[in-house]
Amino acid sequence: MATFTRGFGGRRDDRDDTRIPPGQTLVRDWPVLSAGATPDIEPTDWAFSIRTESGLHQWAWDEVHALGVEDVTVDIHCVTHWTKLDMPWRGVPLDRLFEDVETELDYCMVHSYGGYTTNVPLDELLDGKSWIAFEADGEPLTPEHGGPARLLVPHLYFWKSAKWVRGIVMQSDDEPGFWENAGYNLHGDPWKEERYW
Amino acid sequence: MTLPDTGLEARITPVARPATRRRPAWYAATVASVGRETTNARRIVLDVPTWPGNDPGQHLDLRLTAEDGYQAQRSYSIASAGPATDVVLAVDRVDGGEVSPFLVDAVEVGDALEVHGPLGGWFVWRPGESTRPVQLIAGGSGIVPLVAMVTAHAEADDPAPFRLLAAVRTPDDVFFRAELDQALASRAPLEVTHVYSRTAPPGSTVPAGRLTRDTLAAAVFPPDAGALVYVCGSTPFVEQVLRWLTELGHDTSDVRAERFGGN
Repeated sequence: MATFTRGFGGRRDDRDDTRIPPGQTLVRDWPVLSAGATPDIEPTDWAFSIRTESGLHQWAWDEVHALGVEDVTVDIHCVTHWTKLDMPWRGVPLDRLFEDVETELDYCMVHSYGGYTTNVPLDELLDGKSWIAFEADGEPLTPEHGGPARLLVPHLYFWKSAKWVRGIVMQSDDEPGFWENAGYNLHGDPWKEERYW
Repeated sequence: MTLPDTGLEARITPVARPATRRRPAWYAATVASVGRETTNARRIVLDVPTWPGNDPGQHLDLRLTAEDGYQAQRSYSIASAGPATDVVLAVDRVDGGEVSPFLVDAVEVGDALEVHGPLGGWFVWRPGESTRPVQLIAGGSGIVPLVAMVTAHAEADDPAPFRLLAAVRTPDDVFFRAELDQALASRAPLEVTHVYSRTAPPGSTVPAGRLTRDTLAAAVFPPDAGALVYVCGSTPFVEQVLRWLTELGHDTSDVRAERFGGN
């Protein structure tokens, strides 16, 4: 049962309910949200790792790029109520990295330089659903936006798209990461408004 | 299982674990009072009879519903803390915005809206948990969650040394002046520095000017004090302050930052 706020009209000019999930507002700029300081990482220092029950897989910057870079245009949805439409990104699909990785484990803990973590089930990262992204809006990712590389999982709230990503640890259970421990939803589907728990 | 140490990780500042928190929920709220806070901001006190209380520094989601069912939601930091069901906000008008001009210019006492919270277990400070010095740094309305910490610190007579550095444009843009004065008068150790970018107060010996690395260095605890640092403001403000703190030799490993607005 909604409470009506007297005199509030709101603005609906940009509203397209097939593109903008409930509780979200369209933005044209790109807000920055991070919990702490912004790390400064050179691409030459950057590497990506996947840890499974059987061992460790590692790729340097050039090796990840060599797996096949794609251009994608996606909508992104932040839990702080903004949505940005038709955003061009460039990156390597997680499918390419997992082609060489054998694992029976179903859950990923995504780790970032700086210690940030976020949990995502593996099947939500595969089949063209996520990328290691290096560019957005035609420019290399700035450190504020997670450069040199961040995870891009656009079908989930954007805190899942970990900035400064450095790797994935495969797990048997869906354990909460950083914001999930602070009360944010384990899954985070913006169309179901899975913001908190 | 963990990832291997690449050598890089050791050079990059880690984030600490967020604290546990109250489970957030939707609550009906009524506007209890409104008042001018600064030239561009309004203080809004909400009466939320079933509010479970909140920690200093937490925020809430505010939901407005138009008569045709259209809804808009925004996040706002809370300037109050503790068990009180009077929840204090200070809203800065964002020109061209959809919600903030309504809250600053139109909302009246008695109006109904909804809030969801309390939210956030990271950008919080609780009295009695640590005697570690606390450095608060605010740009403009970024002072809102920090005032909740200052007030809680003062009301608890907490012995942790506090310093607040607040950057504003003019003396008319100072938020929560009475609350800061009251906290300064308490026994809890607190120093407050305002930096005025456009107009200094009458009689001020320091001319107006933007915050610089030197003025920052002069106002904050020295690096060896090991202060826990909270920074809140616009994205460019927060990024600049964090860069300066790092350059000045501060350990920014557990800096807590809250950024707002576009970049």
